[in-house]
Amino acid sequence: MDNIIEFYDRWGGLIWEATIETFQMVSISFLIAVIFGLPLGVLLVLTRPNKSWDNKYVYQFLNIVINVLRSIPFIILLFFLLPFTRSIVGTSMGVRGVIVPLVVYTAPYIARLMESALLEVDKGVLEAYEAMGIKTRHIIWHVMVQEAKPSIILGLTIATIGLIGATAMAGLVGAGGLGDVAYRFGHLRYQPNVMYVTIVLLVILIQAIQSLGNILATKSKKD
Amino acid sequence: MIELKNISKTFSSKKNKEVVALQDVTLHVKKGEIFGVIGYSGAGKSTLVRCVNLLEKPTSGEVFVNGEHLNEMSTDQLRQARQNIGMIFQGFNLLKTATVYDNIAIPLKLTGLAASEINERVEKYLSIVGLADKKNVFPNQLSGGQKQRVAIARALSHEPDVLLSDEATSALDPETTDSILELLLKINKEFGITILLITHEMHVIQKICDRVAVMENGEVIEQGNVIDIYSAPQQQTTQRFVSSLFPSEFPSEIFDDLQKQGPIISLTFVGTSADQPALSVISKKFDVHTNILSGNIVQLKDKPFGKLIAHIQGPKDETDKALAYLVEQGVQVSEVSNNG
Repeated sequence: MDNIIEFYDRWGGLIWEATIETFQMVSISFLIAVIFGLPLGVLLVLTRPNKSWDNKYVYQFLNIVINVLRSIPFIILLFFLLPFTRSIVGTSMGVRGVIVPLVVYTAPYIARLMESALLEVDKGVLEAYEAMGIKTRHIIWHVMVQEAKPSIILGLTIATIGLIGATAMAGLVGAGGLGDVAYRFGHLRYQPNVMYVTIVLLVILIQAIQSLGNILATKSKKD
Repeated sequence: MIELKNISKTFSSKKNKEVVALQDVTLHVKKGEIFGVIGYSGAGKSTLVRCVNLLEKPTSGEVFVNGEHLNEMSTDQLRQARQNIGMIFQGFNLLKTATVYDNIAIPLKLTGLAASEINERVEKYLSIVGLADKKNVFPNQLSGGQKQRVAIARALSHEPDVLLSDEATSALDPETTDSILELLLKINKEFGITILLITHEMHVIQKICDRVAVMENGEVIEQGNVIDIYSAPQQQTTQRFVSSLFPSEFPSEIFDDLQKQGPIISLTFVGTSADQPALSVISKKFDVHTNILSGNIVQLKDKPFGKLIAHIQGPKDETDKALAYLVEQGVQVSEVSNNG
């Protein structure tokens, strides 16, 4: 018992702060990545051959850009984007500095997940709406996105978890976070207790996110 | 109401192979009628019905609906025109994630109908298709027939002049098919909606269609009033469709044996002649014996239609006189050759 109190006194503040940092990094970059990723996913589906905005140039261009971005390991991307990050947010350090690379890393992933979710939508339903004389942009939102909702939610759950993994490397630019605590204190300074506690926290976090995603997906499925 | 003029459609596949789906098809569907297109799978009938609202753009030819030339319209005009052309599908095509009510209300909202009117229309058309009590249910909780009813209500709620049906009953069991056909007949009568349907089942044509076109290899090979097509099918494919209702194949041994003793004839009765005892009359009047080999009477949309295959046994001059008498009585008589 004494050990626990002692551990809490010594590390509690640090771990708590790291948890907040992780939440900040994940939530902000997740939101921005969705804002870019979802429309990109829609565009990937609609510019495919024989779809409403059939355009092989746009489709191939997006395809290649997304594949290239997804090929680069996050740690390389983090340094590679330093000048770009600085020009956009004014700094390349701290939580602010890590948001840009996290978005660049996650948005293409989300675009792919959205693409596969949207492709599952029964094309007969899209056709029925086209036959009723409904505008393409309405079909995208009210039919494609709504019908794909369960898969979209599961996809975003996967993306969030990937994002949490990537934030572990954010410590390299001084953004902190749980992963950074586990690495610096647990691994480099050999404080196994700190490492175990942060890992347990991460496990709980990821379990919670996955369960929440599953529940929301099932709820939106309606069958 | 619907005019298709010289419609051709060619699909080009990846290997530069061209597939001709429609070849110079011309059809005219009159206002208020139910027009059926029948054909085996691959005949091009689905492509044809999809050309009417330009879901499929014909390679050449012109489409007129309600006097409007659809090919020449801008995207916006076409969208407006499509709101006047309802369509139902084999796969129902409902939103899985929306209730029955929303499945009808969402498209109405997206076409810009006022909220108060949306509610009115949803209630009205759900009760017409007999599903007023299911409005808060999700499609997955409905049977196939009920889903098709929702799809019909969705199509009707836009109050179209024309309804296209793309194999709407093909995924349903016979009993449900009949109830959906009755519903289509009812909306045709009550709202005067012109219906163009495609099917591979003769039963569908027989039950509700006024006129029919038979398709094969992308072409319309025969068209006319259902009763005429039934009583005198000209093309082989048409004959096959008709004979699916009137089986007329016999083991050739029996056939040859019978033919030595007198002609085997097919008698076609239309309307009231279907209930005359013509065969028993000839066996009394002439020195012949009659023997029915097969027969069936079906109810077409508004008259009964019957077909009998009978063997007339007796001396040649007597059988000739008997056949002449039948023709006089308004029965269509034709001699049956083997296998058909």
